[in-house]
Amino acid sequence: MGSKRVYSICAMCTGRCPIVVDVEDNEVEHIWGNPYLLGGYNLCPRGAAGKTLLNDSERPKTPLIRDGERGSGKWRSVSWDEALDYVADNLKKVIDNYGAKSVVLSDRGGAITEFEKAFIAAIGSPNYFNHHATCSNSIHNAHLSVAGLARNGVTYDYKNAKYLVSFGRNLLESLVTGEAKNVIDMIENGGKLVQVDVRWNYTAAKADRFFMINPGTDYALALALIHVIIRDSLYDVDFVQRWTVGFDELSNFVKPYTPEFAEKETGISAADIVKLAHDVGNAKPSVIFHLGWMTAWYSNDFYLRRAICSLNALLGTYEAKGGLIINKGPGSLGKPLKSLLSQIPKSNEPRFDGCGTKYPHLSGQWGLAQELASVLLTDEPYPVRAYIAFRHDPLASLPDPDYIRSAYKKLDLLVSIDINFSETGWFSDVILPEDTYLERTDHVIARNGSKPGYILRQAAVQRRFDTRPRSWIFKELANRLGVGQYFPYNNIEELIAWQLDGTGYSLEDFNEKGYIDLVDKPIMWDRVDGLKFKTPSGKIEFISKKLEDVGVPSFIPYEKPIELKPGRFRLVTSKCALHTQGRTTSNNKLLNEYVSENHIYIHEDRANELGIKEGDLLEVENEGEKQHIKSKLTKYIHPDVAFMLHGFGDDVPLRTRSYGRGASDIRLQKGLAKVAIGGNCPYTECTVSIKKIK
Amino acid sequence: MGKYYIFQDQKRCIGCYACELHCKTKNNAPEGAKLCRIVPTGPQVVKGVPRMHFVFMPCFHCEKPWCVYACPTGAMIKRSKDGIVYVKEDLCIGCKNCITACPWGVPQWNSEKGKVMKCDYCMDRIDQGLQPACVTGCTTGALKFISPSEASQVKREKFAKDISPLKK
Ligand code: SF4
Ligand code: SF4
Ligand code: SF4
Repeated sequence: MGSKRVYSICAMCTGRCPIVVDVEDNEVEHIWGNPYLLGGYNLCPRGAAGKTLLNDSERPKTPLIRDGERGSGKWRSVSWDEALDYVADNLKKVIDNYGAKSVVLSDRGGAITEFEKAFIAAIGSPNYFNHHATCSNSIHNAHLSVAGLARNGVTYDYKNAKYLVSFGRNLLESLVTGEAKNVIDMIENGGKLVQVDVRWNYTAAKADRFFMINPGTDYALALALIHVIIRDSLYDVDFVQRWTVGFDELSNFVKPYTPEFAEKETGISAADIVKLAHDVGNAKPSVIFHLGWMTAWYSNDFYLRRAICSLNALLGTYEAKGGLIINKGPGSLGKPLKSLLSQIPKSNEPRFDGCGTKYPHLSGQWGLAQELASVLLTDEPYPVRAYIAFRHDPLASLPDPDYIRSAYKKLDLLVSIDINFSETGWFSDVILPEDTYLERTDHVIARNGSKPGYILRQAAVQRRFDTRPRSWIFKELANRLGVGQYFPYNNIEELIAWQLDGTGYSLEDFNEKGYIDLVDKPIMWDRVDGLKFKTPSGKIEFISKKLEDVGVPSFIPYEKPIELKPGRFRLVTSKCALHTQGRTTSNNKLLNEYVSENHIYIHEDRANELGIKEGDLLEVENEGEKQHIKSKLTKYIHPDVAFMLHGFGDDVPLRTRSYGRGASDIRLQKGLAKVAIGGNCPYTECTVSIKKIK
Repeated sequence: MGKYYIFQDQKRCIGCYACELHCKTKNNAPEGAKLCRIVPTGPQVVKGVPRMHFVFMPCFHCEKPWCVYACPTGAMIKRSKDGIVYVKEDLCIGCKNCITACPWGVPQWNSEKGKVMKCDYCMDRIDQGLQPACVTGCTTGALKFISPSEASQVKREKFAKDISPLKK
């Protein structure tokens, strides 16, 4: 076969970095960043380790049907026909008995979601949801309410930013290649990074200033910054007048939130808060208040995030050099991609998770993954009996998986479609193994940004095992359920040609650089006349009539975090550069060699009181759930906080490298699979006690 | 004569280990073998913020390589045209003398082959006009493949900028 280079998209995390794969005789030689888009061959360690995923035999190699109790780990290897027939027959039974809406489907979110969304819509169910209840729902819904933009509806112009303020976004550890590189460029160009967090980390280590904030008080800080920015007239008057509604109400609302008030709450001195407000005020509009990534922290996240969006608006950072650039898509240039989903009639049924009904202010676009358990247990608003988890592992990401698992028992059919043995897969009836990202071509996706275009994930090598791509799996299932007409292609090349029809481009156009640019120069909208905020007023809405009409206030007063009982710790989690989505990386041979278990970090003074030394094996407990984990002591963590990496404590024995290693954070997060006002789970409201195992 | 040097820009390095991973995948280094290493040191408070220093340790490709002198079979070789020190695998008998001899523990044990492997600046890539894998793949572009004299120049300039009263 000889050697070749294939441009594609990484899937080791949801960063979806553009890559180029060097292939020699159907083996991956090396995976690099796509130099045309990343300014070099740079690629994060997880991306580099993708090479090991391909030939890893600790992943499902054939379709599997359960051959014992759910979760017993007894599987029967079957043909694709048998597996697909089994799934289709059982889906039919559920649909006949309970209606199409009783089938729900989730994925990990992102841009390559057309096949599964089309499938669930084609069978007549409104119930697509994704993983974001455990991630960015609160910022997504907040940004929609303030600016009419999705969480990822903007691109941060790091390189030109003068100030980057991050509320706990661990940009240099929970990293995405291009973003980390750009932030470092910013620092090298003289931009200032201000990190606010409850623990020091490698991002803080690179910051100009690091503020260790009292846990759960970020909202007080954000309100005080708004207070000073308005009080001292540091805001962008022109932008605020032209592009915002509700400034007077906002000004009144923040009056009580003085820097002195915030000092008492946050532990950050009033002088520091005033200085920060003035610094960003002077640097405006080349300022970024990072909106956040994983923002499922507290019950009030929605309002913290609305405040952060408001800070950006006050400083006029939208569509400013060094600020938040509003993404433009190929559609805005009259060259939209054709979409499978748009060909399918929309179901009029209410959603299972209450988006649009019980939760009228929450968009059903991402849904509420945490609601499935209670819907299953109560049959309210209606019975759900079949669940397809597609590259999504709710039992490894939602709080309190034992509770969720017990609810899943009520399902007549649980299907996992994944490249991994996920925790959910392990408990399911059928596992349909997908080709890895190195073995499959997906549909074309729009590159939204200042330079809109298209990009494509392309197979670099032939498949290793009896796995299949998503384009084929969902089409086959649709055929069996009599809705194959919505998948009008025989192979991925045909689908791509159909998607690109009318754009003037074809599959071959991806060969040169892996993507297609529709413009030469970045498109910047005019800051006087040209901005498009998809809110009812077309402006930034500090006051949202849409929210208030459904009884959700635009502002809520700051409340102190739930009191910490003596002797307990607030459990905080995050990622490191070697592991993000634990289930893609934790059992990866190369990455596991580096970080094979997590540790719990506590303040050395607290450790002293508890007689804990570095490396001691500890028991961490909450509501009867106990996890064992080794300690690390540090000076640079808030004394109330215990920190561990998320994604460990693997329960799947076939994943021999990660099985049983480290502790599971989610198991400790008892009772938190609930819906906060932003649609997120409030993970960080978990508290634990810690003791040394004698 | 040593022609090459890998310069690490501390300001850009974030300690993510991408260099090690790119090195491992490029050289098919088995478990336990790490041809280059990032050694995190710190944190230590500098101007109010705890800072980290990540020391990048490839092979130094010494002018007088201890490992070469220690090798009894001639498997450890210093390439005359550019000073790269490398192992000729078929001559290596796995005696580990080089591991003992190198003051910095640079040669690595390849447990799959029972031989030594070490950083050779990705010689095959260099011969194709490319740069080493670690330098090429580094997440933030913190590593630069340059000559030793360029390195001292870069370092001096950076230092000068840092201490200059006119810095931005
Ligand atoms: S950040 Fe790393 S793992 Fe994530 S998509 Fe990019 S290269 Fe892949
Ligand atoms: S292995 Fe050690 S002794 Fe040999 S050249 Fe490298 S650094 Fe020098
Ligand atoms: S130059 Fe090559 S062999 Fe040496 S540390 Fe870098 S990647 Fe590894």
